[in-house]
This record gives sequence, C-alpha cells and structure tokens, in this order.
Amino acid sequence: MSVETTVSREPAIQFIEVCKSFGERSKRHLVLDRVSFSAPRGKTTVIAGGSGQGKSVILKLILGLLRPDSGEVLIGGDNISSMGYKALQSQRTLFGVLFQGSALFDSLTVFENIALPLRERTKLTAEEIRSRVAATLEQLELTGHEDKFPAQLSGGMKKRVGLARALQLEPEIVLFDEPTTGLDPVMTREIYELFVQTQKRLGYTAVIVSHDIPQIFTLADQIILLNKGELDVFTDASQIPFSTKPNIREFARLVMGQQTA
Amino acid sequence: MNQTEQKPVSLLRIVGGIGDSALYILTDLGRMGIFLFFSLLGLFKQPFRFKEFVKQLAFIGAGSLTVIFFTALSSGMVLGLQGYYSLHKFGAEGMLGSAVSLTLIMELGPVLTALMVAGRAGSAMCAEIGIMRISEQIDALECMAIDPFRYFISPKFLAALISVPLLTAVFDVVGIMGGYLAGVKLMGVNGGAFFAGMEQSVTSHDVRLGVIKSVVFAVLLVWICTGRGYFVQKIRGAGFGAESVSKVTTQAVVLSSISVLIFDYLLTAVLL
Repeated sequence: MSVETTVSREPAIQFIEVCKSFGERSKRHLVLDRVSFSAPRGKTTVIAGGSGQGKSVILKLILGLLRPDSGEVLIGGDNISSMGYKALQSQRTLFGVLFQGSALFDSLTVFENIALPLRERTKLTAEEIRSRVAATLEQLELTGHEDKFPAQLSGGMKKRVGLARALQLEPEIVLFDEPTTGLDPVMTREIYELFVQTQKRLGYTAVIVSHDIPQIFTLADQIILLNKGELDVFTDASQIPFSTKPNIREFARLVMGQQTA
Repeated sequence: MNQTEQKPVSLLRIVGGIGDSALYILTDLGRMGIFLFFSLLGLFKQPFRFKEFVKQLAFIGAGSLTVIFFTALSSGMVLGLQGYYSLHKFGAEGMLGSAVSLTLIMELGPVLTALMVAGRAGSAMCAEIGIMRISEQIDALECMAIDPFRYFISPKFLAALISVPLLTAVFDVVGIMGGYLAGVKLMGVNGGAFFAGMEQSVTSHDVRLGVIKSVVFAVLLVWICTGRGYFVQKIRGAGFGAESVSKVTTQAVVLSSISVLIFDYLLTAVLL
C-alpha cells in the first residue's frame, strides 16, 4: 500500500531532483540538494525541519517566486520552473497562501485586504464583494473588525485575516508558511480548527510548513522531514524514528525524542 | 616558501573579487532595466488604478510644493544678489533678469526640483516598497496573480512624470520672483529692465531644454528609488530587515541625486 496507489489522480505538486542554492558565486550555500517528493491532491502535506533547512524555499519554489538551479517543480503536471511570466500568473490563480507574517497590506483595512483578490481578479460588483467579505468575516469571527488596520490586530487575528484573504478565490492549493509561529497555544488550536473546517468545506490541497512539532503532525496525511540536506517522506508520524536516513533520525531524536520514546 | 605559495592565492582572490563585482553590477543593471521595462509596461495594463495615481500625484506633487517653494525662493534670491554684485561691476545690472531666468529655467529649476523630490518623495517611495518587500506584501500580491507593477509601481511612475515637470515650472516662476525681489526690490535694479531682459533672452528652446531635463530626471529618480526598494533583498551589503531598508533608502537617494547631476551635464552638452 504505497502512497501512489492510494492516490488515483496526478499529484498536485511534484518536486523532481530539485537543487537550490543561495549566495554569491564564491560562497554559495546549497539549501536543497536533489530533493524529490510529491504532494497528493486534496490531502495535507506537512513539511518540517530545523531552521534554515529550506522549508520556506520549497514554498517559494512551488509559487514560482524562486527558480530551481536544476530539477523540476511540477504543479498539476506543468513545470512551473520553466514557465514564462504570463503562464506563471495564470498558474498562480490555483494558489492561496498564508504567509508567516500574514503579509497583510498595512495601508489597507481588514475589509480591503480580504476584498483585494475579489476586486482585482473577479468581475463581482461592489455589493457582491461586500456580502462575500461580510460572510467570510462572520465565519472567521472577525465581524466588527473590518475597519481596523493590520497594525491594530493581534497576531491570531492577523492570521485569520490572512487565511480569509488566501481562501477568497477558493484555490485548489493552499500553502501555509509557519501558520502558528508567535501564537499562544489557544490561538494555535484555533488556527488548526479553522484549517480543518476550511479544508473540509473547500477540499483544497494543503502544504503546511511548520515548526510546531509534533502537534502539526495531527493534521498531516503526509509528513516531509528535512535535515542537513536529507529529506524523508512519511505517511504517519510514528514511522519517523525508523527512517533509513541518519540525519532524519537525529532530527527526530532531538525534536520529538520524548514523544517517540 | 610560504610567500610564493600565498601569492597566486591572493592574486586569484583579487581577480575573483573584481569578477564578482563586475558580475554583480551587470546583474544589477540587468534587473533594473527589466524593472524599468515592466514599470512602463504597467502604465498600459488594465484596469488602471486611477485612485492610486491621484494619491501619488498628491504625495509627490502637491506634497512637495512647500519644499519646492522655499528652495526656489531662496535660490532665486541668492541668484538675484549674486548676479547683481557680478553684473554691477560691469554696469550691466539690466542683464539680471536674463541671467536669473536662464539659469533657473535651464539648470537650477530642473536639477534642484529633482533633488528635492528625490530627497522627499523618492526616499519615502523606496522605504515604502522596501518594507512591502521584506514583509512579503509584494510576494503576496504576486501569489494572488496581481501584477505589482500595475498595482502600485506604475502609478508612481506616471505621477512622477507629471509632477516633476509641473514642480519644475513652479520652481522657475517662484525662483524668478525671488530674483526679482532681491534684484529689483532690495538692490534697486530697474523692474522693467529685469523683465525685458528676461523676455528677450529666454527662448522656447531654453524652456524645452528645461522640460526635457525635468522629464528625464523624473524617470531617473522614480526608477532608481522604486527599483532599489523593490530589490532591497538583492542589494549587496544591504543586510537584512529594517537595516536593509534604511541602507537601501540612503543608497537610492544618493544614486538618484548623482544620476540627476550626471544626466544634467550630458543633456546640456547634447541639447544646448
């Protein structure tokens, strides 16, 4: 029963032998070394690993914000790394993104932030946009905060607004970059519940990059661990300590030693 | 023994460093060129953000009026005084109007306006875009398939292209009035001679030169200031976070000011 046999359709995201390095020519730092994995459609893939291991780089490669040095990044079978500007723009309509710092536009109100993708990317009337945003605000318990600016919101509220904005166009794939960083345990649970609710309702493919180990694994259909250039894929957190890769076992021992013992 | 072993290594390092710098400069010029292309292309993309354009027009244009007024008044008055003392020695005070107006229209007006706008609005544009970049707001726009050039960079370009020549015109008028105040009202030069000299010496060619300069300077300053902010994370030695924005903002103002001065000479040499 491999992962492939349980997924009948083509994976939503596929990395094939992807390499990515940063820095000037004389001091290049290899972050991803021939990384290969796939994220099944409609499922949740959690990417975890230490700081600086390339987790956020993977998200940027998926979005086409970075191009790989070599290898291929396929989104629904299309190679995003060789796409031109126009094709890339149309490919991005598939995505919703919740950024680490929420990336809300600080000169726009909560309402304007959530309405932005609808205003810019659809032909809905002002009234239709208003009612759709109002419904979203109610679902995410943000009613009454629509006229506030991001600087006036708490961390948890910013995340909720960010999620509302990311889901406005009902994307096929939603990427979460450290969705609970800086939040207290109550807020963290709230964000997880919100994630489960929205994924159930919209059925999107989720890719979550997180440090919140092992709690984040409860949401995962597939877990990808990165450490010191090695990558391993698991369908269950209980498999992690038995990885064949020494750096992954070391990471598991360091981070989740208590839980896996 | 050691010295002979170290020599080629250090030489290699120097040559490597020069090569690295050359590649960096070429890459930087390339990305700034692409940035300019997309910024100008964004002017023709629909829907045009008229509200944002008006906001930028108010910020770059109307917001700079005070600083332009005082700079122009002071420059004009200084020109009036200096001109009077120089011309007085030859008994040619009647040429004051001509000297003040030509200097302002062809040189000081466009140059000082561009420098003032670079310092006031250019720095603000660079810092704003730099902060949007480091807080992932530009990435967020791109991820929503919204073209950041059409959304907020091109309106800045258009606003600067309209504001800077208009501010230059304001500078010229206020400067000439400053020269009139200092020369005529304070030093007693004949008012009629002042304006007659100006009317006789200023030709449409001189005005055209001033307008061309102000348009070129507008492109230079808005291009450099927005471009530096947009690429804040790619600029060598800028560092990270808030520090990178502050360093790049300083760099943008310095670079745009130097470019304005260099292009001022080139345009004068070619078009005069």
